[in-house]
Amino acid sequence: MTAIVTTDLAKRYAEVNALDGVTLALEEHRIHGLLGRNGAGKTTLMKLLTGQVFASSGSMEVLGGNPVENVDVLSQTAFIQESQKYPDTFRPIDVLRIAAGAYPKWDQAYADRLVERFQLPTKRLIKKLSRGQLSGIGIVVGLASRAPLTFFDEPYLGLDAVARRMFYDELLHDFAEHPRTVVLSTHHIDEVANLLEHVVILDQGKVLLDADTDELHDAALTVSGRADDVDAFLAGREPLEHTRLGSLATATLAARDGDERAAREAGLDISPVSLQALFVHLTTANASATDPATPVATA
Amino acid sequence: MLDDSKPLFVAVAEQIEDGILDGSYPEDAAVPSTNELAAFLRINPATAGKGLGLLVDAGVLIKRRGIGMFVAPGARAALRERRKLAFEDQFIAPLLREAAALGIGPEELANMITKEVAR
Repeated sequence: MTAIVTTDLAKRYAEVNALDGVTLALEEHRIHGLLGRNGAGKTTLMKLLTGQVFASSGSMEVLGGNPVENVDVLSQTAFIQESQKYPDTFRPIDVLRIAAGAYPKWDQAYADRLVERFQLPTKRLIKKLSRGQLSGIGIVVGLASRAPLTFFDEPYLGLDAVARRMFYDELLHDFAEHPRTVVLSTHHIDEVANLLEHVVILDQGKVLLDADTDELHDAALTVSGRADDVDAFLAGREPLEHTRLGSLATATLAARDGDERAAREAGLDISPVSLQALFVHLTTANASATDPATPVATA
Repeated sequence: MLDDSKPLFVAVAEQIEDGILDGSYPEDAAVPSTNELAAFLRINPATAGKGLGLLVDAGVLIKRRGIGMFVAPGARAALRERRKLAFEDQFIAPLLREAAALGIGPEELANMITKEVAR
């Protein structure tokens, strides 16, 4: 079953097309990565899917219904936002109490364990918490809600590497025991690459890539060796990146069948392209391909 | 920890194979479950499951419903045969290529190997 289907979804603001013709189908019970540079439209897409803003055109179906003012859908959806605002008088314990009432599958014992693990002061005013502790609240709510559809939008600003790893471990562990659909948006691509089963890259409001991570391993390759040999290998193909140092050169290109063998026979070294590197190559190539005068939205 | 020159699920399968070859997982012994493997390697459970699935399809592992996955009888010998075939492609061929580039003839190469083995 698919958890999220969008068809030609668009959101226009006065100056900019934040989302432009987004057509996606995200399967349920998977961890999906939603990647993109700042202003690519990630947050806008998640806000549309959770009914927080309205689409300019196109259609969407979330857990089988329209999310807009639809309590059946929204009670099954958790959206952990990077810049979640809380009332001035709120303490973490108040947030957790509200979450416990809002999410039918809320697990209080698990929430308590997470609070301890992330060392959250539950009775201090939220406005006095550090950026990392604020992120910690979001993580506790996002995980303990066990919502069938959970969005994490850059959930760990201010968290150090140890705490981020704790989040990944908890996410994997709880996801394995309680399968659900997770959409994770982050700039820490290298860190999450192995957690993702499927990846969507947005760029300038459009879908630049929509693929299973298994397939991505073979989607591109980097070859390096003598510049003449690299040129001969490229043979007119447009590489994603091509750098040269003296008589040596390196090129990264979208792979075709037989490339590896051909490169090896040409005496070139072959190396895999990580998700992070692929992301950088694709978004960079896309930026230089469009009119530089096109305004780029900021988050 | 995992070989990143291959798709992740293939690297997972090879890591289990390595464990069978070196005796970490004897025949008839249980191998880690999908979720254990995912947590240990910090990878998506679907990827871990796909890696184990490769080994089930190849007859290396046997699935016992509701209990887990076990090393098939004869798996170790079969794996060793398969790896020997791949050895030629992955190790001998590049060795000969590099030797040729350096002007090392077959006799000199054989001497080098004999000397290295004796060390």
